[in-house]
Order: sequence, then structure tokens, then C-alpha cells
Amino acid sequence: MDRPVNNRAWLLVLPVLGIVSFSALIPLMTVVNYSVQDTFGNNRFFWNGLGWFSELLDPSTDQGGRFFDALWRNLLFSAIILTIQVPLGIAVALSMPRSGWRVSASLVLLAMPLLIPWNVVGTIWQVFARGDIGLLGAAVNGLGIPFNYTQDPIAAWVTIIMMDVWHWTSLVALLAYAGLRSIPDAFYQAARIDGASAWSVFRKIQLPKMKRVLLIAVLLRFMDSFMIYTEPFVLTGGGPGNSTTFISIDLVKTALGQFDLGKAAALSIVYNLIILAVCWVFYTVMTRNDARDVA
Amino acid sequence: MARIELRALAHRYGSGPYALKPLDLTWQQGGAYALLGPSGCGKTTLLNIISGLIRPSEGFVLFDGIDVTDRSTEARNIAQVFQFPVVYDTMTVRENFAFPLRNRRVPEATIRARVAEIAELLDLVDVLDRPARRLTADAKQKISLGRGLVRADVAAILFDEPLTVIDPHHKWELRSKLKALHARLDTTMIYVTHDQTEALTFADQVVVMDAGEVVQAGTPEELFERPAAMFVGHFIGSPGMNFLPCVVEGAHAVVGGHRVPLGAGYAPPAGAALHLGIRPEFAMLAAHGVPVTLARIEDLGRTRLARCELAGKPFVATVPEGFAPDSAAVRVAMPSRHLHLYADGKRLQPIAAAATEAA
Repeated sequence: MDRPVNNRAWLLVLPVLGIVSFSALIPLMTVVNYSVQDTFGNNRFFWNGLGWFSELLDPSTDQGGRFFDALWRNLLFSAIILTIQVPLGIAVALSMPRSGWRVSASLVLLAMPLLIPWNVVGTIWQVFARGDIGLLGAAVNGLGIPFNYTQDPIAAWVTIIMMDVWHWTSLVALLAYAGLRSIPDAFYQAARIDGASAWSVFRKIQLPKMKRVLLIAVLLRFMDSFMIYTEPFVLTGGGPGNSTTFISIDLVKTALGQFDLGKAAALSIVYNLIILAVCWVFYTVMTRNDARDVA
Repeated sequence: MARIELRALAHRYGSGPYALKPLDLTWQQGGAYALLGPSGCGKTTLLNIISGLIRPSEGFVLFDGIDVTDRSTEARNIAQVFQFPVVYDTMTVRENFAFPLRNRRVPEATIRARVAEIAELLDLVDVLDRPARRLTADAKQKISLGRGLVRADVAAILFDEPLTVIDPHHKWELRSKLKALHARLDTTMIYVTHDQTEALTFADQVVVMDAGEVVQAGTPEELFERPAAMFVGHFIGSPGMNFLPCVVEGAHAVVGGHRVPLGAGYAPPAGAALHLGIRPEFAMLAAHGVPVTLARIEDLGRTRLARCELAGKPFVATVPEGFAPDSAAVRVAMPSRHLHLYADGKRLQPIAAAATEAA
């Protein structure tokens, strides 16, 4: 059968191309453009080649040192967040009711933190953890443990981690719960007949069935925590000192604080590439697991 | 290895109506039983009560005279196979089989021997070391079966429509294997199904259920020859039993103005709806008997069935070999020993027989 070929059909793609260019391609290319140029103001630009990139990726320079410090902070933060939130989320999902009105009640309660705007979360915790008037901060100080997140880096980290756990564990719990709900009752009945302990039910039935949603949960939580900005910005502003300055905060300081457009553009691109690379790794792992299941 | 007794047992889910109406039933040690009934009649509920997955809301479950109503499934030592395959995805077939034994700390050497034996029985030797999740639905259900059969010391093995997902050709084969296994193991087996062929070929004793009630328990012959209720007559046999509304006059039933001798006197309760029942296999077209109108003859190969009409009701009879009706007006002979009388759906005992059976 002959299909009519009419190349004018390509014109139909133009609107999409236009919108994508306007909203994504052109801004992105602007950033690329800035990253290879330097400016001394007056809208006059000079070619700088890969200068900003080599400075950024060299830890001995000022810019590179800041970047790697922030990168390690980010990685440490994500690692801590994942090791707390994933097991905790699974534990919450396992202890959730399986039927009745309690299901809806607990789902609503769990979803609550997810619905709060991020800067509001930051504000809530900023007040909650204050050593003088905050419920948490004052209580901890009252116990005789000095706690001041504006001066003590450890206290600042503890506060940010608690805040993130409070804010995002629900997401992991909801995803894990969805995975648990997909397990038919017959599996639990069979496990009882087979005399399986609660631990083997978890290891042999629940965990394997939750594997896929947990991978998605880990991916989402890694991405989000790696890109974290709003809450620590509101809570600590990156301090005390630079102890909670994550890449995103550093980026905004460079771009808007110092107005170093070239440095900021190079940092943006590297930041973006790191996230894309991690995404790709996760995607590959997930699709390979699926392919193995089908085979 | 146990005799299982259910005493005054009943169950309702929440505050709903009875899913299982009060019943008393005994399953002898070593018996092959089938629980037969249409979907939703309470078969699975009854099975789950025996295995301990459900606690009955009324009554007791006794194993060898010991009350186990409040005992957990593990403590009852029961094996159960479910309708849809349950395999542990992360384990190999071998580990799946060994799982119930490992959980009970059976010595490794015994486990190896039992697993090998079960794999042999179920034709799964070749795939023993393959991950269970990659197998077909058929093979997965065989793994479920295997996990049920692998424990040697169980009180009973319960099967909840285990062959639903197996293709018809394997169904027959697996059923014969189960039957052979039962003969060898001397374990009580209870087999839930809605398929009469499965029930009648597997079991020595068939328990027929309908709407949460045990309607009749007996051997396949008893169910066929003396259905205790119209439901059993309908449900077992294909085609099912013929039922004709009638009135009783002494030792005769009157159907559409024709007197049919019953061979014995009946005393039906006043006001009950009476039906005369006869299996198509025993109602013969003949030169004498009750006149019927012949609609058509179906040749089933081994037998021929006549679809007729008797006093305005459909009626199925057997066409004897060499019988060639020359017109639609034929007669049907109903031997009195195959006639049963039902009052409000339940079979009535003849007066004389009732007296002897009561004695």
C-alpha cells in the first residue's frame, strides 16, 4: 500500500518547536553562552573559553574549593537523608492499617507535610527550632543540651535533616504503601501456612514486591535532596559560616550575590550534568531490572 | 494426620449475614474429600476456617478431639494450596519447596530428599535451580502445590481450586497424581472445587454446599443416585435431574394427570411444594408409561438423550438402544426405585424406609 508522503506535515511540529525553544532551548543556550564568556559590566563580553570550567573543577582555586565543599555537603546530605527516610518510610508503610476508615485517615495525615509550600516548611522549622522561643529548640536547651542552629554547624545540620525527614518521609511511605497494597492476600496466607516468620515475610514477599517503587522513591528523594534550596535558604541561609551552603545556595550567591554570570553559568551546567548522569544511572538500573524480570 | 471435626460451626464476616450457616461435619483421618458448590457458596470460607486463616465467629474446630479453634495456622500444622499461584519471587524453585521445611527447622538431609521427591512427582526436576519468577503460570501453580505437599507430617492438605490456572490437559494429569499421592500418603485431603468432574473423580466423599450451607455429604454414588436436595440433583450430573411438580396420593405421584407408581408410601408435610425427581439416565423412552412430547434426540455417542416435554415442563430421558420413535408422541418409563420425592427442595423418605432407617 502506498502511503501519501507530504513533507509539509513537518510544519505541524513548528509550534511545539517554537514553544520548547522559547521555554527551554534558548534559556539553556544563554547559560552555555555565559559560561564561556567574561564581562566587566556595561554589557560587554569577552571570550573566556573553558576558563570558568577549569577553575570550577580545580579544587585549589577559590571557586573550585567552594564548589567541591558544596558538592560533598550535598552528597553527605543526600546520603544521610536516604539512609533515614527509606527505612523509616518502609517502617511507616508496614505499620499502616490495611483496611477501614483508618486507611484514609492515615493517608491524609501522611500527605499533609507534602502539601505545605517549601518556604513555609522552612519558616515553620526556623521558628520551631529556635533556642529562645521555638518549642523544639527551647525544649532541648531546657534539657541542658546547648542547641543553637544559627551558631553551631552540627545543630544546623540536625535541624535541616529533621526538617527534611519530617517533610519527605511521607513520600517514601506513600510509595512503599502503594507497593505493599499490590501484594495479594494469598501471599500472606501462604506465608502463614508455610510457617514464615515476620522477618521472612518482609524479606521474601514484601521487600521484593516493593523493590520497584522503592527504586523510584530513592531516585526522587536523591534528586530532590541533591537540588535542595528553599528550606535551608529560609532556615539557615547557608550558615553558620558555609556549613549548610549546598550547591544550589552557592549558585544563587554566585549569580545574584556576586553577579558572576560566567562562573554561575559554568556551575549551572556542571550541576545539571551531575543530575542528568545520576538520572541516567538510575534509569539504566531500573530498566535492566525490568528486562531481567521479563526474560 | 488427624480427624477433623467441626462442631456447631458458623461464620459471618463482620455483622453481615451468615457466610457459613451452622453446621456439624467430621472429616475422617486419611479421607479424600471434595467440597463442591457454586462460586460464593462458602467453600473457601470453610477451608480457611479449617486451616486457621479465619477464626469462626461461632462453634469449634477439633483436630483428633482437641479444640484448635484459637490456634494459629502454624500450630495446626496444615498445608494449603491456593487458587492462584503464590511463589516467592526471589527464590529458586528448590528454595521455594524447601521454604516450609526450613521454617520448621527440618534437618537439611530430609529437606533435600523431600524436595527431590516432590520435584520428581511434579515434573519440575529440570527447573529446580531456576528462579521461580521466570516460570509459566502452570509451573508456578505446581510450585504452590509442591510447597503444600512437601511437608510429610501435616494434619491435612487443603486445596482451594488448585487447578484453575492449569491448562485442561495437565489438569487431568495433576489430578491423577494427587489421587495417587493420597493413596500413598494416607493424609486427609480436602479439595475445594466448583467442577463436579473434579470433585467426583478426586474424592471418596463429596460435600456439596449451597448458599453457606452443607446440602449433602456422601460418596459420589450416593450424590448421584439419592440426591438429598433438588440443588444436588441439579448441580451433579449432566444434564441434571428432572424435577416435575406433582401431588402424592398414597404410593402414587400424580404428574399432569398421570399416575406414577412410587413403589412406597409417602407422607409429605401439608402445604409443601412437591416435586418428583428422576435422573435422565434412569428415565427411558418406552412403549408404556407416562406420555411425553418428543422435541429432539441428541446423540452423545455412548448414549442418546431425548429432549421432551411432560405436562408442559422440559424433561430429559434416555433413548434405549434400538428404540426408534415414529412420532413425537412417545412414552417414558420411570422405574420406581429411581424416583425421589422432594418437599420444599428436600428429599422425603418413604414411610416404610423411614421407619427402618430410624430404627
